[in-house]
Amino acid sequence: MLALIRKSLTEKGGALRLAVVVAAPAAVAAAFVATAGWLSPDRLTPVTFMRDFHAVDGSHPGFRRNHAKGVCVSGWFDGSGAATPLSRAALFGKERSQVVGRFALAGGAPNQPDAPGKVRSMALRLMPTNGAEWRMGINDIPVFLVRNAADFSDFTLATAPVPGTGQPDPARIGAFLDKHPETKNALGLLKARALTSGFANDTYNSLDAFLFVNAEGGATPVRWTMVPEQTVEPPAAGEGGQDYLFDDLLKALAQGQLRWRLMVTVGEPGDPTADPTAAWPEQRRKVDAGTLTLTKAESEDGGPCTGITFDPLILPEGVAPSDDPIPAARSAVYSRSFTLRSDETKPPSEITPAAVRSGGQ
Amino acid sequence: MRSVESFPISARVLHWLMATMILAMLFIGVFMAATVGPVYHTLVDLHRPLGIAILLLALVRLANRFLFRAPPLPDTLPPALKFAARASHVVLYALMIAQPLVGWGMLSAGAYPVTMWGGASLPPILPYDTALFATLRHLHSWLAFSLFAVVLAHLGAALLHGLVLRDDVFPSMTFRRGNGE
Repeated sequence: MLALIRKSLTEKGGALRLAVVVAAPAAVAAAFVATAGWLSPDRLTPVTFMRDFHAVDGSHPGFRRNHAKGVCVSGWFDGSGAATPLSRAALFGKERSQVVGRFALAGGAPNQPDAPGKVRSMALRLMPTNGAEWRMGINDIPVFLVRNAADFSDFTLATAPVPGTGQPDPARIGAFLDKHPETKNALGLLKARALTSGFANDTYNSLDAFLFVNAEGGATPVRWTMVPEQTVEPPAAGEGGQDYLFDDLLKALAQGQLRWRLMVTVGEPGDPTADPTAAWPEQRRKVDAGTLTLTKAESEDGGPCTGITFDPLILPEGVAPSDDPIPAARSAVYSRSFTLRSDETKPPSEITPAAVRSGGQ
Repeated sequence: MRSVESFPISARVLHWLMATMILAMLFIGVFMAATVGPVYHTLVDLHRPLGIAILLLALVRLANRFLFRAPPLPDTLPPALKFAARASHVVLYALMIAQPLVGWGMLSAGAYPVTMWGGASLPPILPYDTALFATLRHLHSWLAFSLFAVVLAHLGAALLHGLVLRDDVFPSMTFRRGNGE
């Protein structure tokens, strides 16, 4: 065969043909390497975000990279039927879907102390009988802080503690806010929000816009809110303690059910869907899509919320992404976090099975 | 022009169809694993059904492969290279079938819905087990890199046969006037 190759090389164009044999696979390989981002260290990837969270909160193997401190809950969701004209998702019909959820504090530190002003989140996995599940992670802030993944990364790094002081550098945060008035505005709204006494009487917002698609294929931009049926109270004076928010939640669930109404805000033409820092006008139509009932808390250690990811793009038929860029970024980053922590040995969670058994006492 | 023994038309159609799909899949996969952009969701939604389509076609192709005798390799090829050619095809078939199954199994173990098109989804094929999910997720990457390496070797060898050796190997898989059955 080598003789054949040598013979070919002596023919006219032989060298060129041999060059193509080598160059074509090499070109495909180069395109692959470029596509994988191995030649572009500055490209934003899920790994970038792992580094960002690490820069702010350090290394916590086995835990979610963000919203690390949390507790599992479970219950069900009863669709009211009122959202069916907007979305053909089965769970909006008059049926019951089982729910696994998780309450958490924003941030990557799994043992951070509770405090009234810290951002609280509710994550849900709604499992209707037809199997078309819906996962979401929603927060008790009025708008999201940034418009896209790149800004999220920059803002996260700007808030990272500086060696020496252990505190964020105000100049760095200031420089980011000067460039991003939308974040400055969002932080203002966040600070001005009415705080409640705990997880149970808090209101959680989707922040991101999605599309509801009905049986006729008509798409409507929506955002949604979980509105508590529990009496809303401000934080009690002098309340505190390492885990007081979680302990209060455990106490409440030990005493009875907790309920929220899923209020869907129907967007109108011109409402910003691609910008989660921009609130929609207050007078938008709201549809009461159903009731979430939570009946039980469990520690993450052994609980049903630990080994799943609340990927906001796990959507049922009838709910679709909009042009909001944040859910895709969250989906990609959560997937990476889930893979990493699934491979790690997790130390006990702050909210232990014993704490849950004692009902937060 | 002397006649060349070709693969049957069914094998040639399956080959070029799957070549396109697999190459597209490898690029989609490696890009979606390294982006947080808005296209991420679109690519993931394409990746799942395309992977299942490749699995089904690979099974059809494997069955089809037993229905005919492949054209013999030219005698000018040294025995070691004949062995490498046959072995690389076994590896290609194995990876074409294993890679979609690992992807499907990985989603099953991680409690992800295995969504296809139009709201349809596939059942899990493995029990829910997050450690298994992590293992299969890493394996999915390594199998992708292996498949890509074998595809590159296959491409290089095909071009060597077609452009330099100019034996019957390359035309046995192409579509030319008069190489029907």
